[in-house]
Amino acid sequence: MIQIIDLVKSFNGQVVLDGINLEMPQGKITVVIGKSGVGKSVLLKHIVGLLKPNSGKVLIDGVDITFLTGRKLQEMKKRFAVLFQGGALFDSLNVFENIAFPLREKTRLSEAEIKRRILERLEQMNLSPEVGYKFPDQLSGGMKKRVALARAMIQEPEIMFFDEPVTGLDPPMTNTVFHLITKTHQESGYTALVVSHDIPDVFQVADYVAMLHQGRIIAYGTPEEIQHHADPIVQSFIHGEVDFLEA
Amino acid sequence: MKKGNLELVVGVFVLTGLACLAYLAIHLGKLEVFGSGYHVTAEFDNISGLKSGAAVEVAGVEVGRVESIQISSGDRARLVLRLEPGLKIHDDAIASIRTKGIIGDKFVKLSPGNSDKLIPPGGKIRDTESAVEWEELISKYIHGKV
Amino acid sequence: MDNLLRLWGRWVLSLVQDAGRMILFLFEGLGLAFVPPFRGRRFLQEIQLIGVKSCLIVLLTAAFTGMVLALQGYYTLRKYGSEGALGSAVALSLIREMGPVLTALMVSARAGSAVTAEIGIMRITEQLDALDTMAVNPMQYVVMPKLIAGLVAVPLLTAIFDVTGILGGYLIGVVLLGVSSGTYFSGMVQSVVPLDINGGIVKSLVFGLTIILVACYKGYYTEHGAEGVSRATNQTVVLSAILVLAWDYVLTSFFM
Repeated sequence: MIQIIDLVKSFNGQVVLDGINLEMPQGKITVVIGKSGVGKSVLLKHIVGLLKPNSGKVLIDGVDITFLTGRKLQEMKKRFAVLFQGGALFDSLNVFENIAFPLREKTRLSEAEIKRRILERLEQMNLSPEVGYKFPDQLSGGMKKRVALARAMIQEPEIMFFDEPVTGLDPPMTNTVFHLITKTHQESGYTALVVSHDIPDVFQVADYVAMLHQGRIIAYGTPEEIQHHADPIVQSFIHGEVDFLEA
Repeated sequence: MKKGNLELVVGVFVLTGLACLAYLAIHLGKLEVFGSGYHVTAEFDNISGLKSGAAVEVAGVEVGRVESIQISSGDRARLVLRLEPGLKIHDDAIASIRTKGIIGDKFVKLSPGNSDKLIPPGGKIRDTESAVEWEELISKYIHGKV
Repeated sequence: MDNLLRLWGRWVLSLVQDAGRMILFLFEGLGLAFVPPFRGRRFLQEIQLIGVKSCLIVLLTAAFTGMVLALQGYYTLRKYGSEGALGSAVALSLIREMGPVLTALMVSARAGSAVTAEIGIMRITEQLDALDTMAVNPMQYVVMPKLIAGLVAVPLLTAIFDVTGILGGYLIGVVLLGVSSGTYFSGMVQSVVPLDINGGIVKSLVFGLTIILVACYKGYYTEHGAEGVSRATNQTVVLSAILVLAWDYVLTSFFM
């Protein structure tokens, strides 16, 4: 279980996260929604230890990750995997080497075993083995996402993070990615945090939804509860109303 | 295939670079790989800009190099010369600092002498002649002291 | 006036801060060379990127530099009747100054900019973050091998530059202008002393580390998307050229 307690972060005096409190239950998919630029990715980067908060805690099974350093932090990082917005595949490595990367870095598996696992993951993502020889710049956006998901899943993480998993994808590919998230979640039962502004599509994978607005969580509940939430800000966001304050 | 390629290319590059470096250091920089020959020292009043590595010549033939330059206790310049093995220097030898042409490099000219005693390795050449300072000569001439 | 002063002060402060951050960056990067895993293969890749790929441009620059030095040197020395000093003039200019400086400038234009762009793109596409979340230190995986490769490749390139330049000078001085071959080479051997060679090597080590450090640093702290990458690349080339020339002055005054 992941607990975020009074998390505050500011950049150059501008407060981005203003006391976030959120719990992500074990084995469930929690979705954080909110407008672009509201700090969703910043929140995610705090949980995976890429950013340090000004104050507050991020507890993963009771251990505060914001205070971990060195080996203990590395050990913690081995428990989770992140699907970045653009996939973050390494340009200099082909698909096969990209997926093999975490195994070669974190484990002492034989090359034959690594190859077997990669082929298994490619199949799971509906990718043919020939894709393995391509380089990231030869792949479409949807394929990049699937390769990146394969690279994340091959680490067999206890906790998965998805940063805008379907942004910029066409509707069929959006559904494919959501289907893959659901499928992998059912198979391995990871705890997940999804950060997205693609609503209502993202509700199909959510167990719980939290809405981030002006540095705070203003609503939390199941997808149904959020869809019928009383707060006008939540309502206007999920119905995609024109935002006169911003426009 | 790609793997072999990388190692090959990098290997060729590094070896070429090292070969060039070796040429510069050994041939031009006179790095002594197998320290052959023997040392003698000589003290001068003035070496006026002679550098370590400069040539040592007998009758215009290069027979060694200036290995190091220090200031001796009596405020004189103390040179350590490395000479070819087999070169015989007698104890009445004269070492002088000369210049090749007017603006050429400084070098050490040795006149090996002909007395009965040889200077042993590590020994000292007693008779030395300092460099001719052109500026001094010219200024003396101008001020009418010559 | 007050405002201008404040602006000036802020500029100086940020400059000093930047320099300090770069030094810390350097120490962290080099320090990681002594912590396993050692990543020999990454090191080879970087030698290939920084050294091998700069070879052609270094060879071309060196050949023409040597040729120009011989041409200029010949007509100047002839006025004093000292064509015999051509070999030493070419060799000393190359070994002391032209070799280290021009090699560094060429490597920074060819490889430094490429390093900044590569790391900058890894930054904005979150590849550096991805490494971090896979429990791989991006400083150690990306930056450290480049720093070490710069330290190894640039002196080797400089040596190649010197030798190529000497051959270029030979081509013009001996083959074209008729200085005798023996004079050219013996003059060179006579006048070059170990201090010149050592000075050249120390310069090239310092330049190599400087240009790759600037390139890595600018790439690592790239911000604001694709535009940021192009700005960082630009800054790398300008800043490393200035630093190389400034270092050159300082080191020359040490070795004279």
